[in-house]
Parts: sequence; structure tokens; C-alpha cells
Amino acid sequence: MNGKIPLIFVIGTLAGCAGTQSALDVHGEPAVHLRQLMLILIFVGVTVWVIVVAALAYAVLHHRSSPIDRAARSDRRARFIVTSLVVATAVIIAGLTVASFYTTRLIDGIGEPEMTVVVRGEQWWWRVTYLQDGQSAFQTANEIHIPVGTRVRLQLESADVVHSFWVPSLAGKQDLVPGRTNTLTIHADRPGVYRGQCAEFCGLQHSHMALLVMADDEASYRRWYASQLAESLVPDQPELARGKAAFLRKPCAACHRVRGTTADGTTGPDLTHVGSRGTIGAGLFDRTRGTLAAWIADPQTLKPGNNMPAVPLTSDELRSVSAYLESLK
Amino acid sequence: MTAHDRANDLRDTDLDLADVDRHLTAIWRTPRSFWGALSTVDHKIIGRRYIVTAFVFLFLGGILSLLMRLQLSRAEARFIGPDRYNQIFTMHGTNMMFLFAVPVMEAIAVYLVPLMVGTRNIAFPRLNAFSYWMFLAGGIVLWAAFIIDAGPDVGWFAYVPLSGPQYGVGKRADIWAQMITFTEVSALAVSVELVVTILKQRAPGMSLDRVPLFVWSMLVTSFMVILAMPAVMIASTSLILDRLVGTQFFNPAEGGDVLLWQHLFWFFGHPEVYIIFLPAVGMVSTIVTTFTRRPVFGYLSMVMALVSTGVLAFGLWVHHMFVAGLPRLGESFFTASSMAIAVPAGLQIFCWLATIWLGRPVCKTPLLFVFGFIITFVIGGMTGVMVASVPFDTQVHDTYFVVAHFHYVLVGGAVFPLLGAIYYWFPKFTGRTMSENLGHWVFALVFTGFHLTFFPMHVLGLAGMPRRVYTYQPELAWSGLNLMISLSALVLASGFLLFAIDVVRSARTGPVAGPNPWGAPTLEWATASPPAPYNFARIPVVRSGEPLWDDEELCVATGLCVDRRELLVSTVASSTPQARESSPRDSIWPLLAAVAASMVLVWSIFTPWAVVWGSIPIAIALIGWFWPKGVPEDES
Amino acid sequence: MKERVVCDVSTLTSHASGAASPAWWGTLAFMVIEGTGFALAIVMYLYLMSIAPAWPIDAPRPDLWAGTAITVLLLASLVPNFLVSRWAKRRDLPKARAGLLVMSCLGIAPLLIRIHEFPALHVGWDRNAYGSIVWLLLGLHTSHVLTDLAETLVLTCLMFTRHSDNARRHDDVADNAMYWNFVVVAWLPIYGCIYWVPRL
Repeated sequence: MNGKIPLIFVIGTLAGCAGTQSALDVHGEPAVHLRQLMLILIFVGVTVWVIVVAALAYAVLHHRSSPIDRAARSDRRARFIVTSLVVATAVIIAGLTVASFYTTRLIDGIGEPEMTVVVRGEQWWWRVTYLQDGQSAFQTANEIHIPVGTRVRLQLESADVVHSFWVPSLAGKQDLVPGRTNTLTIHADRPGVYRGQCAEFCGLQHSHMALLVMADDEASYRRWYASQLAESLVPDQPELARGKAAFLRKPCAACHRVRGTTADGTTGPDLTHVGSRGTIGAGLFDRTRGTLAAWIADPQTLKPGNNMPAVPLTSDELRSVSAYLESLK
Repeated sequence: MTAHDRANDLRDTDLDLADVDRHLTAIWRTPRSFWGALSTVDHKIIGRRYIVTAFVFLFLGGILSLLMRLQLSRAEARFIGPDRYNQIFTMHGTNMMFLFAVPVMEAIAVYLVPLMVGTRNIAFPRLNAFSYWMFLAGGIVLWAAFIIDAGPDVGWFAYVPLSGPQYGVGKRADIWAQMITFTEVSALAVSVELVVTILKQRAPGMSLDRVPLFVWSMLVTSFMVILAMPAVMIASTSLILDRLVGTQFFNPAEGGDVLLWQHLFWFFGHPEVYIIFLPAVGMVSTIVTTFTRRPVFGYLSMVMALVSTGVLAFGLWVHHMFVAGLPRLGESFFTASSMAIAVPAGLQIFCWLATIWLGRPVCKTPLLFVFGFIITFVIGGMTGVMVASVPFDTQVHDTYFVVAHFHYVLVGGAVFPLLGAIYYWFPKFTGRTMSENLGHWVFALVFTGFHLTFFPMHVLGLAGMPRRVYTYQPELAWSGLNLMISLSALVLASGFLLFAIDVVRSARTGPVAGPNPWGAPTLEWATASPPAPYNFARIPVVRSGEPLWDDEELCVATGLCVDRRELLVSTVASSTPQARESSPRDSIWPLLAAVAASMVLVWSIFTPWAVVWGSIPIAIALIGWFWPKGVPEDES
Repeated sequence: MKERVVCDVSTLTSHASGAASPAWWGTLAFMVIEGTGFALAIVMYLYLMSIAPAWPIDAPRPDLWAGTAITVLLLASLVPNFLVSRWAKRRDLPKARAGLLVMSCLGIAPLLIRIHEFPALHVGWDRNAYGSIVWLLLGLHTSHVLTDLAETLVLTCLMFTRHSDNARRHDDVADNAMYWNFVVVAWLPIYGCIYWVPRL
């Protein structure tokens, strides 16, 4: 069993794996540029609004009892002012358009991605595939580890309906559209746990389709990568062995893969290293033995409509299977 | 003239006003019976019906929003399950957009435009009746489905493949798509009527530069409807075909495209919001004129702003697809165009401000709602400029920020003017004024409740909360704001409740109003309150844009028949009288045609053969509709 | 409000024709609506073509003969259509009646050809997006031919009743002829799309 757990992971677990999920709390270059643009736009917007409302207030309060001004001179002056304001509006709009284009260029210009991860949206979870030389190295679910400071290209695909990948602290969002491949480059400037959620209505459990992006320092990332690449851990205790046997005996293996065993299903998430993940059910719960057991016992009450059926297990089987899965670090 | 013509040819020229009124009432009135109610083609009766029905849908949609806020008031709440919630938010959007927002604007235009241009009835009055029945049928079909738990649950925009044959299980999406057909037929019909009424039935002397700004806004809106609605019709038809008979328009595996749906839908969807907004702009201009005692500053600029907004609105749709993965260069064009539309909008705001500045504002309830409109809509406009930027949008698209934005522009930009318009025209519709005191309270509650409810949503969106979620995790920092929003929604709801109370009370026991209680300048205020069935005893002749302000007496034309339904047709630009034209009498055929069409549309949700066999009753109804009845109006 | 009479319109006719008639404008508006629908369907065709690796998708190009025959027939029908319109505007009842009978036949004949046009596409509507869009285009146009035919038949019957000889009826005939022009003209870009674009 791998005794060394990345430090960041412990912190993440203790914090409930909440992670930051905010466009204002930014930790990646794209999101930083976006935040700057946001502040400019908000500042201009507030200023314009204040001026308009002030003008309205003045016009109402000071002219309620004045005679109607039909003088040609006032009309001319008003025409001049209105024209100037329209010109000013056009200039401001043009400026904001330029600012917007400039931000786009900044984001596009952060450099070539250094690695690619394939993210496939499914109802209602994220299938994450790490590539090595263009081939699939290993798969995980609802969690992406990236090295700090590295630009990572996400190749976005969909297995069923339109989803949207959004980790606001790191970057803007991009849709996962069936029939096409979109890309999104993310980049974290410091270690941390960044939470994201599906941002395109995709059906019954769209609300429960979250994911975590964990930015690790170089050493931790390499350790994690190596452990993920390896096959599943062999049970070294009787309960775990019983759990593995139950797992293979029951329908679990039909949908889930655990590399190193005969379980080779691809419908559901790859469980080879499920014990190393921060959450289960696409961000529904922190992963503990208890939540694993709860999930297996009754997925439909916890996430109604999701594609995992309730598999009948005796309480002994449930205990051992959940222990086994928890052990798959 | 033939002998036949001479026989039915009593003109109003030599009769005194009392006789004219007697004859015209006899020929134009709708009998006060059930049959009369079903067969009327009076635009005022139909318009009032339309307005009331649309407001019923508003209140139903409001109840849905309160249910949503209940479910979202707490993290991981269990008040409403995901399936029902998805139906509720789909119904909320669909209902508000298709059954309230567009129909209510059309309805007010149906009532007011013929009066404002000085004619006796809207063009194609039977089509007008048909349009109402189709609208009502569409609403009933949608809500009946929702009540039996078969309501659409794919969002008001019904993206494929979620709404397609593979993932859109059951008939829910088909019901949505077919409801679209009902409401679009209805809206297209009214738009055609309005265009023809405005272009061909204006009072003599009402040249294009004397047309009230509300009528201009309805003209531009109607053209937009004519050009935009076909897109959603094609889209919904293609969706039904995919689901019902196996076409592959949206199936990428067989050459179809998922984004094709988005393009078709939003090509309609973006103009749709301006279709809702522009009539409200017209209402604001009307109210500002009356309550500042002067015409709106910059008439020509205002008309240009309306037209350019209408045109530009068709060039923005891709901004709904900024994160779908389209080429960058194309997206940038749509950033520029989406930002550019702020310029005509700004121009209009500045002209209204100038009008208020130069005039003498009288702070009655309608003008209060205009103030609320300016304060609120400008915020919505600012956030609109923000989301027009592609990079900004990549953060806030599909989050509560956008929910805040569009409620600010739709409620601020359309509902506030609408409420002001109801207070303003209520005396004309019913003959009684609403309560000025309650009106101030309604405004205060609605304004405060609105901002308390929707402003925090900007923050929620930036803080990471996506849209269309039935719940959220407790560890995210959203619970406090969500609870505040849900409680504030009750304030907003109480404002609307008070409004409903004021409407019902005033209609029964409000102070009786004369023809022109506000001292307004436009032609509808030259009629009784409510107007006689024939609108004007003699067709008015105008010599300016504010006829009731510029003349002590109303100039009129004589020479129309009083023993048949007749109105005046004029030239398009200068409104010179061209001909007298008959206006159809009451007819039950529009209702029968709507019943036949509704049957076919509902039936076709289940089988394509409905279109084949159903065309028979439709054909029969249409033949009955158009077959001449031998009355003088049918034979010229 | 007190009234003052400033003009007298009693000498105006009680029904105006052409651009002075609301019904004419209504027909025009309907043409704009349907035309927009056709245009969007053609845009759909071009869009689907632009994203397809090969076009037509998994199907041969449609046979030319049925589509071309119907194009020739429709174009030829514009001549009697123009005549009917002129006779109607001249209020010539016997000629208008004859013309309507001819146009009724000329409304049925294209449908007989169209029955052969659908199979000549050599692809089912459910086969792929190409099949779906060509069937949609052809189907949309066919529905317009059918509805215009129905209107022509009803008008023809009407012109043989006592309701026939008045200005309003004659204008209905002229408006119907105008709509047939639209049905024919709208066919041309659709014909180009379905039959010639795959051959480019």
C-alpha cells in the first residue's frame, strides 16, 4: 500500500474537499486575465449607471414644478448633449470591445500546452483519461491532477448530451458537445484544490456533476501519476480479499474496471484507484469507507436517476466491498 | 356603384352624432351572449381577453418561481425532487417567454394600435380571434401536460441531444415543441395584422412622422416577429421530426449537428428578447410624453433607434454559444455586434432623460414605473455589455450571473413598463382608474423586492453557482445568499399580489374615468372610456403627432357607411385616404378553425398521420371561414 | 371632445385593389413568412453540407428528370397564371373562370410529378441528415403547392356561384395568382439546392 499520501490531499480531505469555485478567487493565468477584464467592465458599468441615475434624479427633482421648456435654445443644447453622450457611449463600447479582444489574445497567448488530458462528459460524471504517447495511460473519474505551473490542454468530448467544463478559479468554461472535440487550456499558479461543476443543463443530476482539479507540486504530481499508472493494489487483508471477491462476483464488474483484476466494464467510472480520490459520485460526498458503502447501498436515493442501479448486497458483502474499494489507493 | 351598393349605403355625412352612434353601435357591437363572446372579432374584446390570459400565465409562472426559490433556499433541500424541479424551471422559462412576455405585448398592441392610428378595427379581425384561441390552446396544452407530470423538462431552449429521441424520454419534449407551434402561429398572425393596420389603416394626415412612438415600436416588433419566428418553427419542426419519424437533423452520428439546433434556436431566441423589449420601449415613450407634458425629445432618433435595434438584434445570436467551441474570429464579430446594440439603447435612454429634463414631470404611478425601468434596465444593459465579451462570458455563461442579467433586462426593461402601462391605460380599458395610493405601494414592493431578489444573483454567479441546478452542496458558500434571495422573492411576490388586488378592486369600484383622465395627446384618448364598439364615430384626421394637445377640437372625416362595417384605407407614407374598406362581421369560424388546428397539433405529437388526416377538418374550417356570407361586407 | 369635419371620403370606392387592399398586404406578409422559412431550410442544407466529409452522405445524387420536369411545368404555369391575374383585375368573369379551371389542373399536375420526385432522391428521410434535409425541403415546398391548390379549387368553385361577380372576389383571384408566383419562384433555389449543388 502506498503510504505516502500527497500533503495537499490531506488538507483537501480535512477541508471537506470543498476547493475554491469562484471566478473572483483566481489561481490560474486564464482566470487571472478574466478577472482583470471583469473588474474593468464592472467599474465602467457602475460608473455609467451612477451617472444615468443621478441625471434622472436631478431631472425629476428639479423640474417637477418648472414650466415646460420649449425654447429652441434648450432644444439645441439638449441635442448637443444627447449627441455627445451617444458618441461617448460608442467610444466606451468600442474601448470595451478592444479590451475584450485584448483579453482573448492574452489568454490565447499563454503558451502551448505541455500535456493533454481527455475529459469525456457523461450523464452525470467526468471520465478523465491521461494519455501517454497518444495512447490511453490510465483512467480516473471526476478528478484531474495537474502539475503546478504547467499548461494542460483538456480535450473535451461528450458521450451523450451537451455538458460544460467549468473550474472558475482556473479558467472560463467550455462545452462538451457530442460529435465534436473542444479544447480548453488550464493552468494553476499554485498548489490547491479547485472545484468545478458541469455548467450546461444535462438532465436529472446536472446539479451533482462536480469535479476537482488538484494542482500538485512537481514531486507530488509524479508520485500520483506513477501510482495511478500502476495496476490495482492486491488485497493484503482477509476482509479486503472478501470484498474483491464479492466485487468480481456481483454485477459491479460489468460496469466498472479495476485494472489487475478481471473487472473490465467501461460503462461506469474506472475504480482502479478509487481509494485515492477526494470525492465520489462526482462531488457528492467525500470519499470515505462509509460514503462508499452508502453509495453502493442506495445510489438512487443519493443521486436520483443516475445510471448506477442498486445492487443487492448482504451487509457483510457491503462492508467488505466498501473496505476493498477504500483500499484501492 | 351598383344598385346593391346604393341600397346599403347610409353614410354618416348627413346624420347627427346621436344617429351616427345609434347606427354604428347596431352594426359594430358584439352581442352580450355566450355566442357573441365566442364569435366576436372586436379587437378590444379580444385584446382585453388576451391581456388577462397573459397575466394569468404571469401569475402561474410566478408561482413556479416561488417553488424554485423554496427548493433553493437551503443546501441539499428535499422539498422538490430533480425531475419535478427540472419540469418547473423549464415551465417557468417557457411559460414566461412564450405564454406571457410576447403575448402580453401583442395583446396590448391589439387593443391600442387601432385606436392610436384612428381606425375602427384591427386588420384581419377574424385572424385576430383565431390568434387568441390558438394562444389559449397552446397554453392549456402545456399546463395540462405539466399538471399530469408530463411537462417538458429540458429547459426553455430544449438543447439537443437532451431533448432528442435518445435522451428525451416520453412525450415531454414533443409537447414543448408543439406548444411552440401554437404560440408562434398566434404571434405571426397578430404581427401580420399589426403591420397591415399600421401601414394601411392610419387616420388621414397621420404621415409616418406623426405616428406615435408606441405604434412605431409595434411596427418594428411585428417585422421582427415575421422574420424571427420561422426559425423556431423550423427548429421545433425538425426536433419533432427527429423524435417522431426518425430524421437525423441533430444526430452527429448520421451527419447531423448538435450545434445546428443552437444556431436555429438562438437565431430566433435573440430577436425574441427584443420582440419583448421594443413594445415596452414604446410604452415608456408614451408614458414619458404624457407625464412630462411634452413630446419625447428626438422623435427621429427614437425611430432610428427602434429600427436599428430591430435590425441589429438579428446579428447577435451567437453570443448564446460563446462556449460551444466555435471559431474565435466568428465569436469576436458577435462580441462587437452585441456591444454595439448598447448604442441605440443608450440613445433612447438619453432622449427620455432629455424629455424629463425639459418637460414637467408629474410623478404618478405610470411614471414611477418608468423611473424603475431606467434604474433597473441600465443595470441589465451594463451586465449585457459584460456578457457580450467572450472572455467574460466564459466565466459567467450558464451561471446565476446570467440569470440576474436577463431578469434585469426583462423585468426591468419589459415588466416595469408593462405595469406602468396597465396603470396608464386601465381607465381606457375599463372606464375606471386604478388606485394611485396602491400603485405607489405596488411600485415600492416590486422595485425593492426585485432588486433584493436578483442583485445577489450576480454575486452568486461570480462565486461559482451554475444555473438550472435543483440544489447545491452545503460546503459551498452559497446558502446565505440563496436564503436571502428566496425571502426577497416573497417581497416581490407580495408586490404582484397587491397589483392583482388593485386591478380587481379598481375594475369593480374604482373612480369612474372620463375619456382622457391623464390629459394625454394620442388618439385613443379621444374615444369614450371604454371605447364604443366602433371606436370613432367619425374617422379622425390628424395634423400633428399630438393631435389632442394641438387642437381644441378633433378634426374628423365624414363619408363612411354606418349600416355596414366600414373603415378607411390610406397610403403607406403620407396616409392619404385611398378607399373605404369593409371590415368583417362576427364569425364563429376562427374558433372552429382553432379547434381543428389544435386537435391536429396535439394529435401530431403522437403520430405523423395526424397532419394528413387532420388537414381535412382544417380545410373545412378554413372554407367556412372564407366562404362569403352574402352580407354587404363580403361583396363590395 | 368636440368634432370638426374637415374632409369627406364618400367619393372613395368601397373596395380598393392591389397595394391599396389589406388582403394584398396580408398575402405579401404570408409570402415573407414562408419565404423566410424556405430560406432557413436552404441554410440548413448548406450548413449540413459544409460539415459533411462527403455530400450527399451515403447516397447517390438525385435523378434529374423528375425535378427538372416539375421546374419546367411550374415555370410554364406562370403564363396562364399571369393571364388569370390580368383578367381578374379587369373584372372579366368568364375569362377568370376559365383561367381558374386551367390553374386548377396546373396545380394538380406538379403533384403527380412530385410523387416521382421523392423516390428519385434515392435516400430515406431517416437514413442520415442529408436524407432528412432534402425530404424537408421537398416536403415544405409540396405542402405549399398543396395548400395553394386547395385555395385555387375553392376559389374556382366560388367563381361559379352568385358570390362571384364583384371586385372583392376578383381581387381574391388576383391575390391567389400572386401567391402562386411565389410558390413557383420559391421552388427555383430549392431545385438548385437539391439537384445541382451536389453536382458542383
